[in-house]
Amino acid sequence: MSSSTARADVVIVGAGVVGAATAYFAALAGLSVIVVERGSIASGTSSRCEGNVLVSDKEVGPELELSLYSQRVWREDLAEYANLWEFESKGGLVVARSESSMRALAELVAHQRTLGIRADMIDDISGVRELEPYINPALAGGAFYPDDAQVQPLLATHQLLRLAREHGAQVRTRTAVHGILTSGGRAEGVETSAGRISAGAIINCAGPWSGELAALAGVHLPVLPRRGFVLVTEPVPVTVHHKVYAAEYVGDVASSDAGLQVSPVVEGTPSGTILMGASRERVGFDRTFSAGAVARIAASGLGLFPALRDVGVQRAYSGFRPYCPDHLPAIGEDARMPGLWHAAGHEGAGVGLSVGTGKLLAQAMRGESTDLDLAPFRPDRLEGVAAA
Amino acid sequence: MSAEDDTIRFDGAPVTFVPGQTIGGALSAAGIVSWRTTRRDGAPRGLFCGIGVCFDCLVTVDGARTQRACLVAACAGQDVRSSDPDEPLPLPEASHD
Repeated sequence: MSSSTARADVVIVGAGVVGAATAYFAALAGLSVIVVERGSIASGTSSRCEGNVLVSDKEVGPELELSLYSQRVWREDLAEYANLWEFESKGGLVVARSESSMRALAELVAHQRTLGIRADMIDDISGVRELEPYINPALAGGAFYPDDAQVQPLLATHQLLRLAREHGAQVRTRTAVHGILTSGGRAEGVETSAGRISAGAIINCAGPWSGELAALAGVHLPVLPRRGFVLVTEPVPVTVHHKVYAAEYVGDVASSDAGLQVSPVVEGTPSGTILMGASRERVGFDRTFSAGAVARIAASGLGLFPALRDVGVQRAYSGFRPYCPDHLPAIGEDARMPGLWHAAGHEGAGVGLSVGTGKLLAQAMRGESTDLDLAPFRPDRLEGVAAA
Repeated sequence: MSAEDDTIRFDGAPVTFVPGQTIGGALSAAGIVSWRTTRRDGAPRGLFCGIGVCFDCLVTVDGARTQRACLVAACAGQDVRSSDPDEPLPLPEASHD
């Protein structure tokens, strides 16, 4: 083991998409950055998701504001790099099965529009079929969100880290953090499997493992994993043009139910495969394949697109969405342990929210006023809150 | 035993096989190593993993799309096509209410 101590303004723990985005914006702001990752780049949740950059699935509140902010960062600050991570502004289509679901959706859309989200109701199924010819004609109607987008999350993570390195950041993979060095109630560095790194700010970007990392500093951060499966079909001619999901999905995202929840999310990819989600269940870090969850995803997806009945499934994968009990991420310096910062608990929206989170953190670390108020995301709001 | 007993057709041309051989095996033995291209960049693809995992060796067999050449046994008279049938999936019927 090396006995030398490296030094940086910022040490980021975790090379997922949130850590990568934070590294990029911190390095761009002139801070010296070291990223440490116990596995490899994007080896956790960032490689087991769908790369969503959504505004449609957010309910009113701070997460919606962060979503809108992060959308602007993807589209404006990072516009020149869009092709590096296959940014695709494919648009989201939310469909409703019944007239009562349509009424609830219309209320949500009306409210979202007042907040600056572009959204349009499609009052009957014939209008939906113009957008998605294969949609189940028995559905009632839907709403279209032109700004829903997608990136390839592995590419986004790798490229953000590459850009961070161009601005001087170092990335150390296969380097585990075993301890957080503190002095006088302040975090001052990390003890890693390859020596110590002292830093003015330690940023916890450990995704579903961020609670474990916080515990190394004696800080309670109730972030837990929620498992979600995604199915990948064999490639077919273009059949699904947008990200299409059922109106019930928004409710499932916000739910804290421990049992298996399934609401259909179906989208095509440029390679011809179709992705089908989404399940949510709280089973710890259990990676066991669940035929029950996958069968329910397939069945619910066919409810939206019956034409997929004879299309084969190539594979399925699962990932752990890191969630906080109040379904808001923890972003900012931890008042209980100055020097320790968190960017964790983004649940199923980590890719979409990553770049906004990173840009805001870079502003905060430089002591600047942030473009968006981080107070609602304060990590110490979770003190005494049990992991739910 | 006629000549056709050990022959499949690949994009219309005869390719011989030995009993038990997969379509991918027969094509490789005939020196055909690539039979489709990636959708975006047009890069050549053929047998890669050879064990049914990678889905790179897809062919259309007797009209059935996206069959893995490495898994489907060759049999006499099969019509194997290198391309997907380009006709889209059948559209759903409009509802009558």
